[in-house]
Amino acid sequence: MALMISLLFAAAVFAQDGTPTDDEVNKIAKDLYCPVCESTPLDVCPTDACRQWRELIRKQLAEGKSEEEIKQYFVTQYGARVLSEPPNRWASYLVPVAAFLLGAFMLFRGFRMWIKPMAVESASGEDEAAPIPQDDYIRRMEEELKKRK
Amino acid sequence: MIADFGYGILVLAFLTAIYSVWAAVYGELGKKPALVESARRAMLLTWPLLTLAAAVLIYLLVNDHYEVQFVYEVTSRSMPLYLKITAWWGGQAGSLLFWSWLMSAFTSLVTLRKWDRDREFLPWVIVVGGVTMAFFIGMNVFFENPFAKLYQTFDGHIAPFTLQPANSILFTPSDGRGLNPLLRHPGMIIHPPMLYLGFVSFVIPYAFAIAALVTGRTDDRWIRITRRWALWAWLFLSAGLVLGGRWAYDVLGWGGYWGWDPVEIAAFMPWLTGTAFLHSVMIQEKRGMFKHWNMLLIILTYDLVIFGTFLTRSGVLSSVHSFAQSAIGPLFFAFIGITLIISVALIIYRWDMLKSETQMTSMLSREALFLLNNLLFMGVLVVCFWGVIYPLISELFTGQKVTVGPPFYERATSPLFAALMLLMGIAPLSAWGHSTVKTLGRAIWKPALGAAIVTAVLAFTYTQNIIALVGFFLVALVILVTLYEYGRGALARQRSQGENIFLAFWNLTGRNRRRYGGYIIHLSMMLMAIGILGIELFQVETQGTIAIGDSLELAGYTIKYREVASWDNPGAGVNYTRAVVEVYDRNGNLLGNLHPRKDFYFDSQQPMTIPGQLASLKDEVYVLLIDWEPINQESTTFKIFVNPLVNWLWLGSLLFLVGIIIAAWPDKDPERVTVHAAKRMEQPSAAD
Repeated sequence: MALMISLLFAAAVFAQDGTPTDDEVNKIAKDLYCPVCESTPLDVCPTDACRQWRELIRKQLAEGKSEEEIKQYFVTQYGARVLSEPPNRWASYLVPVAAFLLGAFMLFRGFRMWIKPMAVESASGEDEAAPIPQDDYIRRMEEELKKRK
Repeated sequence: MIADFGYGILVLAFLTAIYSVWAAVYGELGKKPALVESARRAMLLTWPLLTLAAAVLIYLLVNDHYEVQFVYEVTSRSMPLYLKITAWWGGQAGSLLFWSWLMSAFTSLVTLRKWDRDREFLPWVIVVGGVTMAFFIGMNVFFENPFAKLYQTFDGHIAPFTLQPANSILFTPSDGRGLNPLLRHPGMIIHPPMLYLGFVSFVIPYAFAIAALVTGRTDDRWIRITRRWALWAWLFLSAGLVLGGRWAYDVLGWGGYWGWDPVEIAAFMPWLTGTAFLHSVMIQEKRGMFKHWNMLLIILTYDLVIFGTFLTRSGVLSSVHSFAQSAIGPLFFAFIGITLIISVALIIYRWDMLKSETQMTSMLSREALFLLNNLLFMGVLVVCFWGVIYPLISELFTGQKVTVGPPFYERATSPLFAALMLLMGIAPLSAWGHSTVKTLGRAIWKPALGAAIVTAVLAFTYTQNIIALVGFFLVALVILVTLYEYGRGALARQRSQGENIFLAFWNLTGRNRRRYGGYIIHLSMMLMAIGILGIELFQVETQGTIAIGDSLELAGYTIKYREVASWDNPGAGVNYTRAVVEVYDRNGNLLGNLHPRKDFYFDSQQPMTIPGQLASLKDEVYVLLIDWEPINQESTTFKIFVNPLVNWLWLGSLLFLVGIIIAAWPDKDPERVTVHAAKRMEQPSAAD
């Protein structure tokens, strides 16, 4: 079974004549950024430097290295900035998620605070079947409708 | 000589802007109306002055004055006339001048309005406009002089100077470096003006907000005055974003339209707060609530506009737009900080005057849902802002340089966008003041059932991808709810007025343009969502090197390589390489010929990749010429994308602009309309 999987893997990497195809190279290059052409992923970057990087990926693929190993190679050589995301991912998500939750908490606390006095009012006076106040435009439209019928 | 004249005019404009601020403040506080009037006229004078400065710059650009550094950097002899003119905003110094020029046009327009009913706002609107303008003109005067000339000093050193240094001679290069070829695309020619128009027109609502805070006239007058300004600002900003996306799709050669580049995000952030603002001001107008929040939103929008300009122009954050690099960063930061602090301090000062007039009554009321909408927009904003500054923070605190790329933004924003879509489906059905689960449920079950049926059909025929199906369900829900609401209105009108259904639709929209313009915008957003879901989830690509006569296959399409040719166009200074490929479908039917191109610009020594595109509503075949062998033509490398549904995005964008124009079209003066209506009431009409 393990042999079959490794064979399948090898077949995927070495398409036909043994050199990795452009698609296999691009699949890895997509997630990498060279330090010079920032904000342009490696798979679409037209500069010569990036072309050389792609050839480096091809060479390493041909040597049988895995996607992780290749990415690690570039990280060791050029630093974490070659990756499309910061390496410690939780740190990058922490602040926006916390900020959003804080905002949501404040909003819902606000809702409860705003609505409470009204709830007391409606419990004492209005009954449930009271007509729902529509906004002006719809109400006018519907009044008009009744008139014309 | 003429360049020095242009610089002199700039200095004059700078002084005029400063004077208008001083005169407005001093005149208002010292009760000297004549001085306020003088401030108003000074403000009006900035536009002709900046127009003159711009005319001088254009004169220099058009007449190949390469001794002027800016002209040298953005034009060359081979560029056609229209490009030499639009090169005005193709570089840092020029685009700052362009910004100030637009700003002065808008502030002039606003000072020309009739002020009888709100005279007290005038001086403070002038102050905000004047300060903003003085800041931008100051950038040009002190740091980025578009009229600086190149001088060669005795040691052979060549550098730009505003004034001729001692022992130097004027240096005139024989030709310029030429505009970055990426910026020669029509999309890129209109994209910056649109964005800038959006940016500067958001300054006007901000100016009125500040005026309202300073004068203490904190009712919703400022919102009513500037509603249309905000809508037009939003129109321009949106158009700018869409054009930028289309430009990226057409010339950047990555098969996409949005790369979460810091500069794209810089333009997107004021759009987010602006969109939240457009929704939340409705709560204040209808219910008199959340006045602090609206003030805060417009202040944020203003400072994000400045921040956006700063990101594009300073190069402090590396990005593909890094052609704009200079040392003006700290000043921008200081300006943003100061305006933010003063504005927020004003809100705190007026805190009690901004109390809500009514109370929230239900968590499902329209105003509550609008607040949720605001929360979500703020969520997207936080993600964007954090993503943009995270690399800086990381470098500052850990010394480690990192990239925050598309995966972060996509993962963090997609749940928020989905929630926004859900809200777009529910909110139009909820009422102001009061809604319950029961009333909402009664209104929504039909559209929801319809959306479920659509989703089931798609699950059987199109895709089993869960994310896509959730997306398509939301799209269908919003479209059905919107059409249901629209149709209900039109049918009612048809019955009551006896109009045919098309006329009913037309008149309904005309009578309440804000509501139905908004609905059209919601619909267009959903069309865009279809395109975004399609390209994000189903895009496939392949790249291969083939010989003439060979073909590549992708997603049922066969792309056959026919020929390639390369030729120079010396007049335009470009070498073109153009391939011809045929596209066949699954059954071997020829669908058409595509001509992917690679243009090489001699002056700037830069290539540009133009894709061949075969578009349909189902998908788009997008072929790029990556590389070719000039000698034997045996090996040419193509990259092919199949982008499903992407054209819904462009279709949606067009409908989007239609929607905003409907919503923003100027009304007759509301007070005059009331008079007319009153007159009409007096006369018996023929219909009665």
